[in-house]
Amino acid sequence: MENFTPIPATLGGLLIGVASAILILGIGRVAGISGVLGQLLKSEAKDRGWRLAFLAGLIGAPALWLMMNGDTAPAINAPLPLLIVGGLLVGFGTRLGGGCTSGHGVCGLGRLSARSLVATLTFMAVAALTVYIMRHVVGG
Amino acid sequence: MMKLLVALLSGAVFGLGLAISGMINPAKVLGFLDVFGNWDPSLAFVMGGALIVTTVAFAVVKKRSSPLWHDVFHLPDNTGIDRKLIIGSALFGIGWGLVGLCPGPALSNLLLGAWQPIVFVIAMIAGMIVQRMVVR
Repeated sequence: MENFTPIPATLGGLLIGVASAILILGIGRVAGISGVLGQLLKSEAKDRGWRLAFLAGLIGAPALWLMMNGDTAPAINAPLPLLIVGGLLVGFGTRLGGGCTSGHGVCGLGRLSARSLVATLTFMAVAALTVYIMRHVVGG
Repeated sequence: MMKLLVALLSGAVFGLGLAISGMINPAKVLGFLDVFGNWDPSLAFVMGGALIVTTVAFAVVKKRSSPLWHDVFHLPDNTGIDRKLIIGSALFGIGWGLVGLCPGPALSNLLLGAWQPIVFVIAMIAGMIVQRMVVR
């Protein structure tokens, strides 16, 4: 467990919670990233403005933060085919399941939604099983 | 205008949270998911920290008739637990486990200079579009 970083994790988590609180209490929207992005892709979407503004902050702030601190970007080691398959599954699955780590995990659980609890337990368990297979069965 | 500023602020704080917590780093996320390996519980603390705030926020939502700068709360009205929810969440879990990126961190990595997040996000958007075309 030498990689465990409880203090930055908790601080960052509190910020994610504050961001979600700002969005719901400010403009009545749930900060579910897959939903914010997914609804933007609908040709009939009328409420593009706040979605684009939210995504601009989400994409821009980490880049500014890393630049200010002189930190290096995290290394992403997955090879091209895995990136494509993984991306397709994440996009398809989050829209079919109506949410991701933020929408179901952070906001849905915060609303005490049974639907979000089932979703969160499902994607956590399946992701852990996937990592187990990739690292300890296939990767050996 | 106020709505756009609130959304921009929320997105920026969210992104900052992902960066500070280390969740923009797929290795941290995979370290959490690797329960039987060299386990890193950090992600649970991120979720816990976020839930402390959102539980209070959504309790406040219940007591209010409207948000501060909009007329209604747009809350999901679907409470059903159905096959779509389970299959969708399971497929998402496979993709998440393969790469270590879920939608938020994938987007937050876009401007950090690596090509991998760009490929991942394009594939993710394609997956969202395919879902809209095949499932009614």
